[in-house]
Amino acid sequence: MSRSAKAEAAMALHRFGLGPRPGSIAAIEADPRGALIAELDRPAISELAAANLPSSAKAYRAVTDAFAKRQAKAIVAKKEQDAKRQQMAEASAMMEGAAQGQGQGAGEMAAKIAAEAVPDPGRQIYLDEARIRIAAALGAEIGFVERLVWFWSNHFCVSADKIRSMSGAYEREAIRPHMLGRFTDLLLAAEGHPAMLFYLDQTVSMGANSTAGLNRSRGLNENLAREILELHTLGVRSGYAQDDVIGFANILTGWTLVPPGDNPEHGGEFTFNPRLHEPGAQKVLGKSYEDETVEQGRAALRDLAANPATASHVATKLARYFVADTPPPALVERIAKAFLDTGGDLKQVARVMVSSDEAWSEPPAKLKRPGEWVVGMVRATGLTQTDPVRYTDGQVLLGEPLWRPPSPKGFPDDEASWIDGMGRRLDVANYFAERIAGRTDPQDVIETVLGSQVSPEVKQAVGRAESRQQALVLLFMSAEFQRR
Amino acid sequence: MTFRHHLPSHLPSHLPTRREALVGAGSLFAWSQMPRLARAEGRDPRMLVIVLRGALDGLGAVAPVGDPDWIGLRGDRALVLDGKPPALPLDSFFALNPAMPNLHRLYQAQQATIVHATATPYRERSHFDGQDVLESGIARPGAVDTGWLNRALAELASDGRVDPRGSRVLGVGSVTPLVVRGRAPVLSWVPQKLLPANEDTQARLLDLYKHTDPKLAVALEARMRLSALGATGLSDAAMADGAALSAPGIAGVRAYFAEAAGTAARFLAKPDGPRVGAVGFIGWDTHINEGAASGQLANLLGALDGALAAIEKNMGDDWRETVVAVITEFGRTARINGTNGTDHGTGTVAFLAGGALRGGRVVADWPGLKQAQLHEERDLKPTTDLRAVLKGLLRDHLRVDERALASTVFPDSIGVVPVAGLVG
Repeated sequence: MSRSAKAEAAMALHRFGLGPRPGSIAAIEADPRGALIAELDRPAISELAAANLPSSAKAYRAVTDAFAKRQAKAIVAKKEQDAKRQQMAEASAMMEGAAQGQGQGAGEMAAKIAAEAVPDPGRQIYLDEARIRIAAALGAEIGFVERLVWFWSNHFCVSADKIRSMSGAYEREAIRPHMLGRFTDLLLAAEGHPAMLFYLDQTVSMGANSTAGLNRSRGLNENLAREILELHTLGVRSGYAQDDVIGFANILTGWTLVPPGDNPEHGGEFTFNPRLHEPGAQKVLGKSYEDETVEQGRAALRDLAANPATASHVATKLARYFVADTPPPALVERIAKAFLDTGGDLKQVARVMVSSDEAWSEPPAKLKRPGEWVVGMVRATGLTQTDPVRYTDGQVLLGEPLWRPPSPKGFPDDEASWIDGMGRRLDVANYFAERIAGRTDPQDVIETVLGSQVSPEVKQAVGRAESRQQALVLLFMSAEFQRR
Repeated sequence: MTFRHHLPSHLPSHLPTRREALVGAGSLFAWSQMPRLARAEGRDPRMLVIVLRGALDGLGAVAPVGDPDWIGLRGDRALVLDGKPPALPLDSFFALNPAMPNLHRLYQAQQATIVHATATPYRERSHFDGQDVLESGIARPGAVDTGWLNRALAELASDGRVDPRGSRVLGVGSVTPLVVRGRAPVLSWVPQKLLPANEDTQARLLDLYKHTDPKLAVALEARMRLSALGATGLSDAAMADGAALSAPGIAGVRAYFAEAAGTAARFLAKPDGPRVGAVGFIGWDTHINEGAASGQLANLLGALDGALAAIEKNMGDDWRETVVAVITEFGRTARINGTNGTDHGTGTVAFLAGGALRGGRVVADWPGLKQAQLHEERDLKPTTDLRAVLKGLLRDHLRVDERALASTVFPDSIGVVPVAGLVG
């Protein structure tokens, strides 16, 4: 009896959480499922709010201001250098062509140096956001809520390659407040967030027949509308057609942000600009949307959120993310039903998932993603702080750079996509183990992370290792630690 | 529809007697004693596939400057021979994006072929499904976990026509491209920045995996084999404390493309290295400000051009036995969209380069650019099945059996006739 309670506690921590910390198996073994559900009432929002991070709009304004300053400094520096060159050319009898050629290069160089003297705040903001996110992951008792944040952040992903300064704030502002609420609200928050509008080119889309479109003979960009249908709601091959994409893209015209440069208070925030909006009613999935305001888009998003295809798309992805690459159909159905029955109440959906026996009966074959694995490794040692630079660099090496998915589909979530990265994980485990070996006993870590469940093979390999470092590497690289 | 360029005529059939003899005798020999057919011919063919993820604008890469409707279609954003910079003429009809001088040089040396108005059988507009079809070689998207290049190699191996070292596939990147996943063992390589764990630790871990998790054992073994080939010597600097991420930018992209492709070439050039490989390059989804002539797309094509140069250089003498195939999941809309970009379309180009090619021409059955000639009145209409091109390369370059090509490598593609005469 006690053995199986311990096993279920370890599984709760690995499968649904971010891996055990010292003492956490014992803390939840009385009722692992109940502990997961209880954590849903303790999201980490309050601590994050206390971190004093800038809002996405403020971060964006800071970056834009710095960029403007860089340009201004560059222009001044180039002018000065050009004037100097002019003087020299007049004073010297050098060959004109050579002197000018050199001078021009010097002007550009001076401009570059002057520009680079103005620091770009984007990188620091990204790292500050990363630090808070890692702290939340390391500090969580189980990490179920954080895993849900990671899931939804990847489902509604944006990429820091395009919007570095906003990528962390996006997660705090759009994902965290809503991902245990109603899916509709999460959807509206994500699609209307400046980072998403920017990432999927919505800020440059305009109705071909809108005031701005007619004036500037520019028009529609389908990107956001298509990805909402294909990735965020209904799912690919669920029956929508090209005309639905166009209709929906027209509906979304006007969803943009306040230009960051010219509004010190609201620049970078969401706004609906009627001058960009395609006039007239638009059709999506056979339904006509008449309202020509921002409500037109909201209504279409609400309908997509309530569509049964969305329920099954989300249910499949959730079950795949937490339970198995090929999740049990009964589990998917149960989650989808909970989604539909509760009107997309995501806390109820999460609760139903961890309450289903199917979610526990699958063997631990799921390969942890690099981020889950790294955080699990740090948690296992009891550390609660890590250097965000080292962490984010490590994520790059492991192929899962923080907030930088390779496409709007987000990072993949199956074994085949990650298993070939084993060699690189070994390097990272080796590096990490080297740093902690002086103060970490591998036998303690075995107890912490695997409880009494550790196999004789792992125990033996760790016991026979030539050094503590090697023992830790073998443990962190073991199938028992990498799979869940 | 007008036929401007005819598909190349068939070459004389390749040594049928010898091939049949060896196929029949294959099972008599152990791997190590079995000479490859290619070796018997004095050849040792290499093939590298570059997958451009995001759907390349084929018209922005290779412009049909001789088409009377070209300028009308793209207006002042059309690549033209007297543009700034001028497009590089390929023949009287097509011109190459000016960002690709290396490819142009290869083309003039008969070492590059352009395939235009091509597409896989996929006709929808999802990147991810499109990539599934492109890389799996199966006509419809869905749950597939093997790629055509891996299956082609497995076919050769089962016929005894490649030895074990040749039956390994190289995948470059943290996420192995689907096109090389499958039964034939995959070696994967990603740019190295850490000191690797020592050999003893690797061996112990492998032993542990062999007792507990065979799949992890296979993955680790691949890495160890690659180390034995010298991969870790490429850069052995440990991750510096506080090392900064390099800023994303075209310089970083150029460096990555050149390093990834150049390293793949270095592996393929090793006597004991794998003979085929694949690498994926992201970034081709140009919805806004595409910048075909000078901008985003031109930058990417320039980086790709640099990657091709790195491959040529690193292959050394083996370049003459090499084919590089650059392919993408689909094209982009024929017209520029409302934001100076292009949306998801259908027909596109494929680039073939390598010393083994009989190049210097554009293979295209040109569909035309008039409204009615476009696919769904919006995309360049595909007239050449990309599988026909790939089948031609696999048959004539790697010597994969034509029946296997139609059944296992590209299932249900019996009606897709391999393009003959691409190599040789």
